[in-house]
Order: sequence, then structure tokens, then C-alpha cells
Amino acid sequence: MQLESMYQDIILDHYRNPHHKGLRDPFDAEVHHVNPVCGDEVTLRVSLKDVNGEPVVEDVSYDSLGCSISQASASVMSDLVIGKPVAEAMTISQAFLELMQSKGEGQPDEGLLEDAVAFVGVSKYPARIKCALLGWMAWKDATAQAMEVAQ
Amino acid sequence: MTSVHLDVEAVRADFPALARTVRNDKPLVYLDSGATSQKPVQVLDAVRSAYEQHNAAAHRGTHLLGEEATDLYEGARAKVAAFLAARPDEVVFTKNATEAVNLVAYALSAPGRLQVRAGDEVLITEMEHHANLVPWQQLCERTGATLRWLDVTPEGRLDLDDLDTMITGRTRIVAVTHQSNVTGTIPPVAEIARAAHEKGALVLADGAQSVPHQPVDVTALGADFLVFSSHKMLGPYGIGVLFGRAELLEAMPPFLTGGSMIEVVRMEGSTFLPPPQRFEPGVPAIAEAAGLAAAVDYLTALGMDNVAAHEESLTAHALDALREIDGVRILGPDTTKDRGGAVAFEVDGVHPHDVGQVLDELGIAVRTGHHCAWPLHRALGVQASTRASFYVYNTHDEVDALADGIRYAQRFFGTG
Repeated sequence: MQLESMYQDIILDHYRNPHHKGLRDPFDAEVHHVNPVCGDEVTLRVSLKDVNGEPVVEDVSYDSLGCSISQASASVMSDLVIGKPVAEAMTISQAFLELMQSKGEGQPDEGLLEDAVAFVGVSKYPARIKCALLGWMAWKDATAQAMEVAQ
Repeated sequence: MTSVHLDVEAVRADFPALARTVRNDKPLVYLDSGATSQKPVQVLDAVRSAYEQHNAAAHRGTHLLGEEATDLYEGARAKVAAFLAARPDEVVFTKNATEAVNLVAYALSAPGRLQVRAGDEVLITEMEHHANLVPWQQLCERTGATLRWLDVTPEGRLDLDDLDTMITGRTRIVAVTHQSNVTGTIPPVAEIARAAHEKGALVLADGAQSVPHQPVDVTALGADFLVFSSHKMLGPYGIGVLFGRAELLEAMPPFLTGGSMIEVVRMEGSTFLPPPQRFEPGVPAIAEAAGLAAAVDYLTALGMDNVAAHEESLTAHALDALREIDGVRILGPDTTKDRGGAVAFEVDGVHPHDVGQVLDELGIAVRTGHHCAWPLHRALGVQASTRASFYVYNTHDEVDALADGIRYAQRFFGTG
């Protein structure tokens, strides 16, 4: 069975006990993303702060409905980006996207992606890649909108 | 594996895909025929033979191959017509059921005696596949007509209590599924058609999930239009059918235009052929039509009564087997009365995507998500579901494999 390679314990732990879940105020931008194939959805808020002229992710909060992969991925994502400068968080986001496009062959940088390396098994299943990316894409969109507001 | 209705073992031997293995070298348990059916070798041979022996553009050319291609294509039309107890000139080949609905929805917004106008009403149902829903929304947006719909009961039946008031003197067309692709529900189309016709409304039945699975006689059905796709009834992709009553097709303007459908073309304007050619521009899908004809022959040889009876026994078995599993909720009717072989369900605490993933690991192919029926899922209070759907080649052992797989998923996710 290869199920364990997709559903690693890290993923199931985040699924059962998602981090940073629930919508919080204040926020600079809110987005609603859906996966039209399955109907999974996420509402996500981003709050940014200015630290020495550089935007930093102050908070990410979300409410979501979906499968274990999409729920766990949103939880891992929030852990990874909260408190990081936006530029650094975008680098992590790009690394995760590349991991998801790796067809199971990716050699993820654990120092950069931390718990998100557990999703390497998901990248072998094309139908599930969108699940893993749902929260990340919502975060990128919300952050881009928040940056526009800031300007 | 032989059931009282079909020699399932002999049927399975005709389907090459059923002999292959899938993940973990497991035999394929294909329970996704509601999405698309597997294809028997007879259909594959017919498609191949059309290309190998009779490849030419139908309705053109003064050569033998052109004549043979035309015979194949028009022969397929005659076979489909006989299958529905319709006339050949009432059978229009389209790309699929979706295009057929769009063809009718377009014709009803174009100038002509069937034109829907602002203030008119279009009645659909909450149970529809998006293919029989979005085109009607678009028609209403184009024309200013009002879209109304029949609700779904918690049991997944159509709520017909208000049928007489929902169909008004302003209703121009009622579009309704003949078998839900999610709950398997078979609405009483004939009864709805009678009520609609009393008020002067037309009726379109979506037969994508009924024509492959039960005998359908268009006169008994009572609908003015019936649409379905070849690929869900053992045939090739890329061809579907619009049945329309002759006098309605005659009154409808063309949808897609170009070659093959014209009578006379001048720079100032053109005139068009009578139906069905009026609705079939371009070189038609000849090999696909030949494949569809072979599929119709295959189903006719099995007997559609036997097909329906076989699926009913599988559905009854599935309903029983799933009911026995704690934490599983079946969407839709819990008996086989007026119900076809699509069985959608929820597994408490395990998302449909995750159920589907575990089943896939066991070699069991099902559909997960909203199955292109998002409003129906909302009406039933679920975000998404897992769906098993049966056909001529499925066995009772496969139903048991499904039930075992669901239990395995529950154990894997710690809910069973």
C-alpha cells in the first residue's frame, strides 16, 4: 500500500488539529477560493505589518471545508508564513508549488519547507495537487491584494 | 458471476479495460460508469473498421467510400431512432448531451415561433446536472425570462406538490432529468410532461443517465426533447443525441452553421436544409456514429429490460451493504423504486476525496466531489459525496469490494 506515502502522520496530525484555523480580525484582505472539481472551499484573511519598511505577514486566518490534504496543507501553510517577511514567504510558496509539480520526484529543502515536505507523496497524484495548493493559492492572492491596499 | 438477467462473465470478456490491473496490481473494479462507461470490443472494432474500410466524408463525394461512410452514418441514425422508438428524422447527432441542451436553449432564444421572451418562464429542477441547468440560466439571461425550479425533498425526490402552480401559462419549457446522476432518482417525466403540455409548455428530458440503463420509448416518455451521450452507453466519445419532435425541430433555427447544413448559399444570405441535417454542420463524426450504432446493437442484444433488472439487483445489494456500515449516509432514495444505479454517499468523518483515494488504492474506481450537481448537493446538505455507479459488467462481488473498501477507509482515518 502506498497510502502511507500520501497520508503521512504529519498530514493527518494537521488535518485532525489544524493550526491557526478560524477567521480573525483585523485583516487587510480576504479571499474566497474554491476547487471547482470537488467543491472544496477556503475563506482566508491576511494581515500584514510594516517592519522597517518591509511587509511582514502578521496573521493568516482561514475557514475551510475540504479533504484531509487541503485542510492539512492550509494548516502547514499558516505555520510557515506567519511572522515571515512577505518576500520570504513567497519564496517558500514557490518552493512548495515546485514540490507539488515534481511528480513525486522532488528533493524538498526541509529547512525551508519544514512540515510541508510531507506533501511530496501527494505530488504523485495529479487529482490531489489542487487540494494541496488551495490554501497556498488563497494566501498568495490575499497577500497580493493586501500589498495593493498598502500601496 | 452469472446473474439471472445477464451472463455477466460473458459480458465482461467483451471489455478489454476490465482485464487490466490498476494500482498495486489490483484488478480494476470500475464503479464510475455514471461518468463514462467502458467500451466493448464490438464498439472498438466498429470504430476501427469505419476508419480502415469506409473512411470518407459522409454526404459528399461521388465515390464508393463516400457512399459507405454515408450509409454508416445514416444507418447509425436509424439504429438510434429504433432504440428510442422514434423516427430517424427526429434524431440529431450532436457532440454530446451537453451540446444537445445548448442547441435547444439557443433555438429558444433565437427569432421564431418558439422564441422565449422577457416575462416568460423556464422551469428546471434542483436535481439537474449542470449541463441541464447552466444553459437555461444563460437562456434566461439572454431573453429576460425568469428561471424557476422544483425543489428536492430530503429523500432526494422531486417535490411535485406544487407542480401545478410552478408550471404557469408563462412557462415555455420544463427541463428535467430522467435519472439523477447523483441519487439515481427517476422523476416521473411522463406526469411532468402531461402537466406541462396542459399549459402549453415544452419538455426536455435529460436522458444521459437513463437511456444507457433502462428501456426508453420517446412516445411513452412524453418529452418533446430527449438528450443523451454515446460515451455513457458503451459508445465512443464525441457523439451525442438530440431527439426532438419533428414539428419542433422543423420550427427551430440552426445552432452551429457552415457546410453540410445549407440548402443554397449566396453572398446576400443562405437557406438551410430540413432537420436533422440543419443541425449537423461540418463533416460528421462517422466513426463515432458507427461505434454508437454498435453500442446500441450490443445493448439491444442484451435487452434493455435485462440491463435495468441487473442494475436494480446491484443497486439493491449496494443499498443494503452500505446501510450496514455505521457512519455511512446514502444520498437519495433508500429503495430501488424509481431509482437507478447511481449510489452516492457520505462517510462520517472522512472527506469524499479521501474515501476515493483509499478506494483507488484498492483498485476501486468511483467518483468524488459534487458530480456536476452542486445545487443538488447543497439541497441535500452536503458539500460533496462519493458515488458508485453500476453497469452491465458489474458484479455483486464488486459491490462487496466497495463496502469492504469503505470500512478500510474508516479504519485508516480512525473513524470506523
